[in-house]
Amino acid sequence: MNNKRNRLLGGPFKVWTIAFTVSPLFLIFYYGFTSRETGAFTLENILAITSPVYGKALLLALGLSLVSTVVCLVLAYPLAMILAGRKSVSSGLIVMIFIIPMWMNFLLRTLAWQTLLEKTGVINSVLSFFNLPSLNIINTPWAIVLGMVYNFLPFMLLPIYNTLSKIDPAIINAAKDLGAGSVQTFARIIFPLSLPGVISGITMVFVPALTTFVISDLLGGSKILLIGNVIEQQFKQVNNWNVGSGLSLVLMVFILISMAVMNRYDKDGEGIAL
Amino acid sequence: MKKFIAVLLTGTFALGALTGCGSENSGSDAGEVVVYNWGEYLDPEAIEMFEEETGITVVYDEYETNEIMYPKVEAGAVAYDVICPSDYMIQKMIENDLLAEINFDNIPNIENIGDEYMEWSTEFDPGNKYSVPYCWGTVGILYNKTMVSEPITSWDVLWDEQYKDSILMQDSVRDAFAVALKRLGYSLNSTDEGELQEAADSLILQKPLVQAYVVDQVRDKMIGNEAAIGVIYSGEAIYTQRENPDLEYVVPEEGSNLWIDSWVIPKNAQNKENAEAFINFLCRPDIALMNFEYITYSTPNTAARELIEDESIRNSEIAFPDMSSLTDCETFQYLGDEAETLYNDLWNQVKSA
Amino acid sequence: MIKKTASRVYVALIFILLYAPIVTLIVLSFNASRSRAKWRGFTLEWYFSLFENRQIMEALYNTLLVAFLSALLATVIGTAACIALNSMKKRRRAFWMGLANIPMLNADIVTGISLMLIFIALGQFLSRFGMGVTFGFWTVLIGHITFNIPYVIMSVMPKLKQTNISTYEAALDLGASPVTAFFKTVFPDILPGVLSGALMAFTMSLDDFVITHFVKGPGFDTLSTKIYTEVKKGIKPEMYALSTLLFVTVLLLLVLSNRRPGTKRTR
Repeated sequence: MNNKRNRLLGGPFKVWTIAFTVSPLFLIFYYGFTSRETGAFTLENILAITSPVYGKALLLALGLSLVSTVVCLVLAYPLAMILAGRKSVSSGLIVMIFIIPMWMNFLLRTLAWQTLLEKTGVINSVLSFFNLPSLNIINTPWAIVLGMVYNFLPFMLLPIYNTLSKIDPAIINAAKDLGAGSVQTFARIIFPLSLPGVISGITMVFVPALTTFVISDLLGGSKILLIGNVIEQQFKQVNNWNVGSGLSLVLMVFILISMAVMNRYDKDGEGIAL
Repeated sequence: MKKFIAVLLTGTFALGALTGCGSENSGSDAGEVVVYNWGEYLDPEAIEMFEEETGITVVYDEYETNEIMYPKVEAGAVAYDVICPSDYMIQKMIENDLLAEINFDNIPNIENIGDEYMEWSTEFDPGNKYSVPYCWGTVGILYNKTMVSEPITSWDVLWDEQYKDSILMQDSVRDAFAVALKRLGYSLNSTDEGELQEAADSLILQKPLVQAYVVDQVRDKMIGNEAAIGVIYSGEAIYTQRENPDLEYVVPEEGSNLWIDSWVIPKNAQNKENAEAFINFLCRPDIALMNFEYITYSTPNTAARELIEDESIRNSEIAFPDMSSLTDCETFQYLGDEAETLYNDLWNQVKSA
Repeated sequence: MIKKTASRVYVALIFILLYAPIVTLIVLSFNASRSRAKWRGFTLEWYFSLFENRQIMEALYNTLLVAFLSALLATVIGTAACIALNSMKKRRRAFWMGLANIPMLNADIVTGISLMLIFIALGQFLSRFGMGVTFGFWTVLIGHITFNIPYVIMSVMPKLKQTNISTYEAALDLGASPVTAFFKTVFPDILPGVLSGALMAFTMSLDDFVITHFVKGPGFDTLSTKIYTEVKKGIKPEMYALSTLLFVTVLLLLVLSNRRPGTKRTR
């Protein structure tokens, strides 16, 4: 009886999920696998990804998001270690400091980089004041990588910080007592224990970076098309929902692959941790 | 109990907010008019005056390029009442049966529009049935005198290595190809595959020199000395010169695009009469003048032009060029589905090069 | 010692990276020039003209309304869902959890597009009965509730798993109605999770651009979509002023709420 009542509580959720999560995805499959002209089944929209224009956009997006993910990891890991090591300051405060920027609108924050990076922008004005060579990365792929790292760094930092701060100091002390050096302690204790955080950080950075169209739009000067831009164009400008859906399906395959890989590593990670 | 009251309070707040929102839209008897216009292309004060005078609520939406506007209107998910496309796009919309004939009895102020502009409009709207001219102008080069060594006369400067990373190109397919085609001496309405391929190749060649492909941002970037040379609509020239006196506007000698943007009413409009009232309002000389001073795009409203006090602007070669001097300029035509697909494919090649 | 200095310098550098754009935006809100490109002296003008700018005020109102309502509804639906999921058998639960997580794991652009397609399809279906779907407030609200539900479930579920069912059952045995029993025993335990879920949903809704971009209609803008259209033609300085105000407000709220536990500790 009680269970039945509880299940009724799930009703709105189930209806909502079917109506606005599952059926919309079915529509993407439907459009992705049908022809725009005839409505018949076709693989054309999926195979559009092999055309030079779309293929290049996908490869470029993969490349830039991989670079950004690696940069985020390299920057965030030491930072998380430093932060986790500071027991004196309240951890909530530290975390807040890194989340607060996210309260400023993300488009404005990204746009601010334009002001900073421009030829006559803030950074170059400072550099030229000190007679240093100017920094010309605006409207290049590097500006996009910077934008991605800037926007997604907290997504990498927080999960890693969480796992690191949960490690029982007794374990580390035990390792040291047993004669492990700091490198060894890190490689065999700290890093494996933090792996779940690293992995969820990687997914949380890689997926949005791979699929963004806004960052490339704002910092790439419309010279650089990523797969996200191409899909957005198909829906907002070309009005070809079929090709747009086909490309979205290809994109989803990459998202699924990355998650599956992460899942496997995650299990391995737990294995090592045990 | 306290918690219960809190929940109740937030609930009523939410309901109040909702009903408040609902009544706002249906409050006035005169109804509404859904306007779809280019960005920064109408003085907001004019909208407020229109609402005050007529009691009609204006729902305002903006687009960046003709190509972004068209699919939204075609899809019909949103019923706009009045839109402001350019010449060739109006032709396309007429051919695809998307536009309603305007009832000119409701637009007596049409008499303020110069005859030459009505005549010109027949190129894309035979018989002047569907459109009311709003703004017109040329496409040219805006350059910064302090960054460019000699006066610019030709599109060739956009391919000049010495201005690498200081060139701003237009981010819309027809405008970009118009520049390349005119430079090569072809018509900007070319549908010849060879000519178009040649134009696309030259745009790909140009791409490393281009700082960014932009639409309205040319303005800010040129004012801020971010770039030396930019392709821009003549309407922006007066405004940018006011902000940065080092800037100069020129229509290259190879010829360019002569364009006109006009108000049209789509077939699925829900408030056609309100749309006509809106167009009529904008054709009133005092409103057209006020609007011209805000957006600085050339007005076809002859009565409004005569009201311009500043003589240098009233007789400005940029704002009101002598049409006979623009013999090498052409107006865009709609080239058909096939040519459009070709243009888009080539443009995609350029953008992903 | 060197290690400590190095680590301080490192934290400081990342700090600069994260805050440089914020500082830039705040500085721009005091810039007398309308153009982003030039500094023409200090002014407070934008902070006053902001409140007369109907479009920005409307966008702010829409943003807050959508964020509040979507957080509220997502919290109700999500919390109820958690209770239901908790009493399911393991495999059924895994199935529904998997579906629930889709909007969180999927790319925003795909979620946005798929919602746009379903609204158009729904509109075509309803047009047979003389009705339709207007893209605007309701489509945006539905979209935001959809992507907010998983965040609520994510923060309520762990709390619910920690609660002890036996107190709830004891309350039932003592004659309490299930609703009373729930609000007296389970609810206080999961309340922190519910609140943090609601807060997270509110934040996610405030910051969303991509999904709103695809499901919004004419005349309906949130701050994000308003900013996106302004990006193309030059951001109005009022927008910087508004962002600065919002940012400072949030900052103050956080400082105040962080202070309370601090003072308690000293006592």
